[in-house]
Amino acid sequence: MNYKAVSKILSYVLKLEAVLMLLPCIVAIVYREREGWWYLATAAICFAVSYLFGFAGGKKTDGFFAREGFFVVAMSWIFMGLFGAIPFVLTGDIPNFVDALFESISGFTTTGGSILRDVEALSKTSLFWRSFTHWIGGMGVLVLLMAILPLAGSENIFMMRAESTGPQVGKIVPKIRKTAEILYVSYFALTVVEIIMLIAGRVPVFDALTTAFGTAGTGGFAVTNSSIGNYSNYGQIVVAVFMMLFGVNFNLYYLISVRKIKAALLSEELRYYVGIMLATTLVIAVNINGIFGGFGTSLRYSFFQVSSLMTSTGFSTYNYNTWPELSKTLLVLVSIIGACAGSTGGGIKVSRFVIMLKCVKREIRSFVNPRTVRQIRMDGSPITREVRSSVKSYMLAYLVIYVISLIIVSLDGFDFTTNTTAVFATFNNTGPGLNMVGPAGNYADFSILSKIVFIFDMLAGRLELYPMLILFVPNTWKD
Amino acid sequence: MKIIVVGGGKVGQTLVEQLNAEGHDITLIDKSREVVESVISKVDVMGFAGNGASYHVQKEAGCSDADLLIAVTDSDELNLLCCMIAKKSGNCHTIARVRNPEYSRDVISIRSELGLAMVINPEHAAAKEASRLLRFPQAISVETFAKGRADVLSFKINEGSPLAGLKLIDLTQKLHCDVLVCGVERNDEFMIPRGNFKLLENDLVFIVASPKKADEFFKKAGIQSSKTRRAVIVGGGDVTYYLATELISAGIEVTIIEKNLDRCEELSQALPKALIIHGDGSDKAVLEEQNVASADGFLAFTDLDEENIMLALYAKDVSDAKIITKINHITFDDLIEKLNVGSIVCPKNITAENIIRYVRAMENSLTVNIETLHRMCDDRAEALEFLIREGSPLVGQPIQKLKIRQDAIIGCINRGGDIIIPRGGTEINVDDTVVVITSHTGFTDISEILKEE
Repeated sequence: MNYKAVSKILSYVLKLEAVLMLLPCIVAIVYREREGWWYLATAAICFAVSYLFGFAGGKKTDGFFAREGFFVVAMSWIFMGLFGAIPFVLTGDIPNFVDALFESISGFTTTGGSILRDVEALSKTSLFWRSFTHWIGGMGVLVLLMAILPLAGSENIFMMRAESTGPQVGKIVPKIRKTAEILYVSYFALTVVEIIMLIAGRVPVFDALTTAFGTAGTGGFAVTNSSIGNYSNYGQIVVAVFMMLFGVNFNLYYLISVRKIKAALLSEELRYYVGIMLATTLVIAVNINGIFGGFGTSLRYSFFQVSSLMTSTGFSTYNYNTWPELSKTLLVLVSIIGACAGSTGGGIKVSRFVIMLKCVKREIRSFVNPRTVRQIRMDGSPITREVRSSVKSYMLAYLVIYVISLIIVSLDGFDFTTNTTAVFATFNNTGPGLNMVGPAGNYADFSILSKIVFIFDMLAGRLELYPMLILFVPNTWKD
Repeated sequence: MKIIVVGGGKVGQTLVEQLNAEGHDITLIDKSREVVESVISKVDVMGFAGNGASYHVQKEAGCSDADLLIAVTDSDELNLLCCMIAKKSGNCHTIARVRNPEYSRDVISIRSELGLAMVINPEHAAAKEASRLLRFPQAISVETFAKGRADVLSFKINEGSPLAGLKLIDLTQKLHCDVLVCGVERNDEFMIPRGNFKLLENDLVFIVASPKKADEFFKKAGIQSSKTRRAVIVGGGDVTYYLATELISAGIEVTIIEKNLDRCEELSQALPKALIIHGDGSDKAVLEEQNVASADGFLAFTDLDEENIMLALYAKDVSDAKIITKINHITFDDLIEKLNVGSIVCPKNITAENIIRYVRAMENSLTVNIETLHRMCDDRAEALEFLIREGSPLVGQPIQKLKIRQDAIIGCINRGGDIIIPRGGTEINVDDTVVVITSHTGFTDISEILKEE
């Protein structure tokens, strides 16, 4: 492990976090809250530590390979989570450190699951920081770093691959810095549009900002106990549509911006994504029609919830824990499928499922006619053997982590539905599950051990398993 | 600039790395997915797997808004096709590598008919380089500026040389010779020497001079100088063919030792004036028979790098000849340099260098004014030729009053064909071209050599 190069990048990451932590300070000034001082103090600590890392780090970053890329991404996220948790403890908003860490990691990984029983009791400053971590974590902090820092060299592509989502991470334009810039510009622009549309719908400015951050990162922290439920119908629809938009591969927005609209719309993953979402929305709308007594209303509730869970956001407009079993099952299932690769959303990703399904289809055909040679294609180009096998091993690793987490969490003795959906909700970065962790519930009652498992699952889910898993391989740590 | 490179072989990869380092947007097309994958995980460029001559692949790679397409695959015909299609569909500049000697006569017509910006033949370029090196047997490298009127030469100070221990100020007074020491490489470090710099044994010294003055300098400095009269070339490949043609036309006697009888016959047909020997060049008896010991030039040009190195070491041992070794795969270049096998010629590197020079010139013609650029000492130093335009901050002051950066030096001034070696009182005029030697890479304008205020 090239610790010097890793330290250098960690130092950049923490500097960036220190700067970003100044935003809640501004909020504290606006609302005249004393909590701002603690954020300022944490930013100072963060800056000091970043300086130490910078001191330990070398100037050159030779010897930076895939291993270092994965490692630095995992470490960056862990450190960001740790420093993000400090102000929660210092301000007294969340006195227990593990709880604070859970909240902070839940924010950065855009999970949106909370250990807070009463969100509204928090200071505005902490509420803002909580939502803002979603925005930082959504597109990825290292991608942001690449967009603003001239990190020359090969380290970039490895970090980008480790942090971006999906089975095939590619660049949009030759230069990685430009690619990162394009991603962040579209991310920023979409967020701003949402904020404006929310404010136009008379959502209070503070709520509009935090809700937009939560939507953009597909996070799900809300600033009221009823999540999005007490905003107007217009506000709910805006949020639902934007959740769906942030679940789309951002490369497509670039294609649209260079007027290759046809290529963007023909994307196979997009079509599956929209198809699954609409079909599920319709089935649930019919299923819950009895509760709301009006197809229009039930369609609105259904669309919001499907869009929210499929993109792994986790906002809710209604306590869907009271909905029929079919609806609840479908909601959990779409949250496992997740959003598109290259989006800010979580889950396994639509493209992995599509590739898996095509592999299965091919296997079945090969039983019928064993000598068939058939290439699996996606968007017209063949899927290479490496991608196929990486998708398969991803699914397997996913299952193994899931089962181990479930067993540990079940030690706490809660019911099966709670446990299974709690692990799914953290691992897929969704946030709410069913029963105790449902839209009206929270993670407060779990034991410390379970919370640590959830923290690991959230990180593993956001970083797509491998960066976290390599930390358990002793060779990773050797020189 | 947006550049598409077709072919991810050695030359393609070198181009991708260097052009990317110079800040261009590079897209690589290669038929092998593995090659593309390995390049894009090393270098920050975009990659496409596919046939570079396919219109669709080119379109996908962004040919329509590319500025330049460089085709360096194994196949000449494919390279030409790539360029033709790119020219027609994307209207960008194109460079093709065409190495088959049968096409070498057609280069000019190929270029004009197909609208190529540049056709490069690696073997021919290597031969050119070798022949330039033979012109100055004492020099290890020769770079040409001002259309051949000025050279930057490098040579090593041997043990017991009168130059060893001499300060640069004394050098001029002692030798009365109009040359300028513009760089010294010592212990792998490139330095720009100042007046009180002391030369030591084993230093690699770079000088700027006109060819005639350089000759004079070598004589006065007691470095043996004799015009090359007879050159022995071992190995009869394409480089040998081009080189022999050049040497024969310069009146140098050429002996070629080649293993393959058929090739010997081909060569003797193409080069009636050369002495073609059918024999194994790695056989000591054959070499002795051809009296390598008395040759002025010895060129190890077989296809095997290992054999070339052995041959060069042997020749170094038995003769005082100028030795040039051809190396095809430069992976251990720093090791090879330590072996003291004379000058090294690497066709692939030369190809890449020539193309990069073209790219820089193309870019410069739009924005800056570098006329020529050479890389020296493993890219640690650059020699650049600038055109002085109206309003340049260097004009109208004696050089000693200019605040020039520590890592740069003005090597010579070309004023309408006269080469002036600058002294403290020399002034630079508009329309001069100026050669600057620097250990800083990436200057784009002459004014950048001045210290920032």
